[in-house]
Amino acid sequence: MIRNALLRMVVARLALGLLSLLLVSLAVFAITSLLPGDTAQEQLGQAATPEAVAALRLQLGLDQPGWLRYLHWLGGLVSGDAGRSLVNGQPVAALIGARLPNSLLLAAATAVVSVPLALAIGISAAMWRGTAYDRGVSMLTLSIVSVPEFLVATAAVLVFAVHLRWLSALSYVSSIDSIGQFIRVFAMPVLSLCCVIVAQMVRMTRAALIDQLRAPYVEMAVLKGAGPIRVVWSHALPNAVGPIANAVALSLSYLLGGVIIVETIFNYPGIAKLMVDGVSTRDMPLVQACAMIFCAAYLFLVLAADLCAILSNPRLRHR
Amino acid sequence: MADALLQVEGLHVTARNAEGETVTIVRDVGFALARGEVLALIGESGSGKTTIALSLLGYARPGCRIAGGRIQLGETEILSLSAGELRDIRGRRVAYVAQSAAAAFNPSRRIMDQVVEAAMIHGTASRAEAESEAVELFRALALPEPFRIGARYPHQVSGGQLQRLMAAMALIARPDLVILDEPTTALDVTTQIEVLRAFKNVVRQRGTTAVYVSHDLAVVAQMADRIIVLRDGQMREEGPTPQILDAPAHPYTQSLLAAAAPRPRAPGSLPEAAPPVLRVEGLTAGYGPADAGGMPLIPVLRDVGFEIRRGAALGVIGESGCGKSTLARVVAGLLPMARGSMRLGEEALPPDIARRTPDQLRRVQLVFQSADTALNPSRTVAQILGRPATFFHGARGAERDRRVAHLLELVRLPKGLADRLPGELSGGQKQRVNLARALAAEPELILCDEVTSALDTVVGAAILDLMDELRRELGLATMFISHDLHTVRAVCDEVMVLYAGQRVELGAGSAMAEAPWHPYTDLLVASVPELRPGWLEQTAAPRTPEAPASRRSACAFFPRCPVAIPGICDRDPPPLRALAKGSEILCHREEAELLQMLPSRKEALV
Repeated sequence: MIRNALLRMVVARLALGLLSLLLVSLAVFAITSLLPGDTAQEQLGQAATPEAVAALRLQLGLDQPGWLRYLHWLGGLVSGDAGRSLVNGQPVAALIGARLPNSLLLAAATAVVSVPLALAIGISAAMWRGTAYDRGVSMLTLSIVSVPEFLVATAAVLVFAVHLRWLSALSYVSSIDSIGQFIRVFAMPVLSLCCVIVAQMVRMTRAALIDQLRAPYVEMAVLKGAGPIRVVWSHALPNAVGPIANAVALSLSYLLGGVIIVETIFNYPGIAKLMVDGVSTRDMPLVQACAMIFCAAYLFLVLAADLCAILSNPRLRHR
Repeated sequence: MADALLQVEGLHVTARNAEGETVTIVRDVGFALARGEVLALIGESGSGKTTIALSLLGYARPGCRIAGGRIQLGETEILSLSAGELRDIRGRRVAYVAQSAAAAFNPSRRIMDQVVEAAMIHGTASRAEAESEAVELFRALALPEPFRIGARYPHQVSGGQLQRLMAAMALIARPDLVILDEPTTALDVTTQIEVLRAFKNVVRQRGTTAVYVSHDLAVVAQMADRIIVLRDGQMREEGPTPQILDAPAHPYTQSLLAAAAPRPRAPGSLPEAAPPVLRVEGLTAGYGPADAGGMPLIPVLRDVGFEIRRGAALGVIGESGCGKSTLARVVAGLLPMARGSMRLGEEALPPDIARRTPDQLRRVQLVFQSADTALNPSRTVAQILGRPATFFHGARGAERDRRVAHLLELVRLPKGLADRLPGELSGGQKQRVNLARALAAEPELILCDEVTSALDTVVGAAILDLMDELRRELGLATMFISHDLHTVRAVCDEVMVLYAGQRVELGAGSAMAEAPWHPYTDLLVASVPELRPGWLEQTAAPRTPEAPASRRSACAFFPRCPVAIPGICDRDPPPLRALAKGSEILCHREEAELLQMLPSRKEALV
């Protein structure tokens, strides 16, 4: 009965996630259709005859009504076929397939570095709140969060690649065959991305934990003789899992779609860059598929955080 | 005292106020406590009693500082210990039971983990030993299912059980001294009596030395050997419990005692024929989606009917969860009722606030329980009171100022307060502003939801006096919701007792002092602590099942009723019965049976 209630809640969340994804697909399709310009016109150039443009429109299926094109497109997505690129005729799935692993690798490397770092800094700042350390962390994170990432990335290139010559300014993913090389390739992109997301996570972790440290049950634990480590680890943290998981999910969701600047500066072959290229060439199937991937990743992360919060809360787990 | 376990001398605690100035909140407090003795610290909020209690653990809340004095526990001088040494004392030699167990238990950990935690931290026992000790304590504290309750989470047990579990948590490491900080204040009277009895048994069995912090003299009279009366951080009077209760020397103690037993105000001099302002019939309301018959999924109130005449006060009483506050929300239109009818004066009152006319809205006003949350902290008193004056009466400019001044006068506040923010007022002043806000509409009926429960006894009594005067001056009809039988009886012409959303008794306020009652009213009456030592021992333990009945029986009170008739009360809905004293009750028992079976408690209410 209890298990069922929990299961029902989880299933309901998942169903809601799928529904959101469906609505997102509708929005993505509608918005990309609204984008100014006509793909056929764009491809054939200004000099094309109206007949040629009309013929291409017919060939691309652009003459069909919107809802039909949407259903076609959605059906294709579900079966794994995101259509063909309007620019070079290659399957979109193949284009994305070539780039997505790179993006995921960068995101994973950044997450592996940033999440433990941010949690450690956030938790320690909350434990020693009000001290010089806490104020220092507060100031540092605020300053870092307000520096634009292109500045961080450019500065990193200047320092590590141009002056010190430790690292290469460009990231050639194909040339990785050892750990050392992996670090050399990823150090600067990961550093730049960490600067953006660590600060956010630190601030939110600290706030969530301090919120719990003010609770009466923490005072009670102190009055039972619990030391600071026990107070934080066994009393405050279990209650802060929900908000912290949400902060982490929000920050990580940035790592797929929001990394265009970093990808550009380091010439990293990721998916964000692919999407921007798609926009500039009016390659709608590509743009739509990329947008769907970003939205799905975002929904997945938020959903995971939600499930984390549900499972960490005994009031939801045992009713 | 030569054999004193605890000796406190010249204790000073300071705090930093909002302006950054250092103020003394506890001044020169000193007392001694012998082993096995129970000492009560009594006073109103702000008297420093909790601050003193916490300093016995070497602890000061953030913003406070123990500035001077000595606290000697056995051979240990607590105030000279390092942080590590203090951790060693806390939970092992001095233990603390907080006011709100619901807040003091960690919501995400199992009860047993938290109960045995002090023993684990201090290594006084192995996990298995501590758990069996805990089960012993659960049993001694009369907790249900002592072997299984530890596996639950705090939200899965009731408030009264949590409070007892917290006592077990404090006693687990067998401390020398236990500090109980208002441990029953948040509980219903019927629960309070059980918890008090459990505490008292455990304290007596184990010869525990305890400091009992409370604002309630009647509760302290049951628990303490000696009483210290505090006010503004200073000791006003100290003595053995009987002496403080029977022959208080300090005028402040005398005023506390006077406020603890409110005398009924002069009975209403209203003509019996005063027209009803509000008439409610067959009111059924609840939460969740309604079924085909219009019954909500979770019914809170069932078939409640009453009327309030002009200038009269109806008291609504019952334990938490009985539907008192829901009743106020339904009458105010915030929760539309599912069935029934309401009439305001001559016209039908729509159940939904959105469908009421501005004039109907003006005529019914709600006074919220907590002025702290009901008053916008960034608006001045004049703005708070001026807004309804403008909204309902179109008052602007000088007319608005005049109305605000008049309202302040009505609630006996100086005009100078008009420009203050709520944060700059005392609790009692805030509650008066809260009341004035409702009066600004010039209503015919005000609904007062526990308006004095957050206030100190003396301040609360003054608010009750004020409401009584206003009722006479303005001819206001009042619905007065409270969990405190004394309060309700003191101010109300009529009293309605709710149990599980049903009106189990309705009668004149004076009739509430006379037996027989509905068995639930009887339990309520018997549970109100009296200002004499020994009352707790003399009062028979009520029969109270800890687990609520799984299936709803015909009479909601059946599982707890001492005079229930199995086979009838759990099968047929109880009939409405008129009693000779003029009240109506919902009960299967005849009046004569009730009189005979429930011991007379006439003296209880005199």
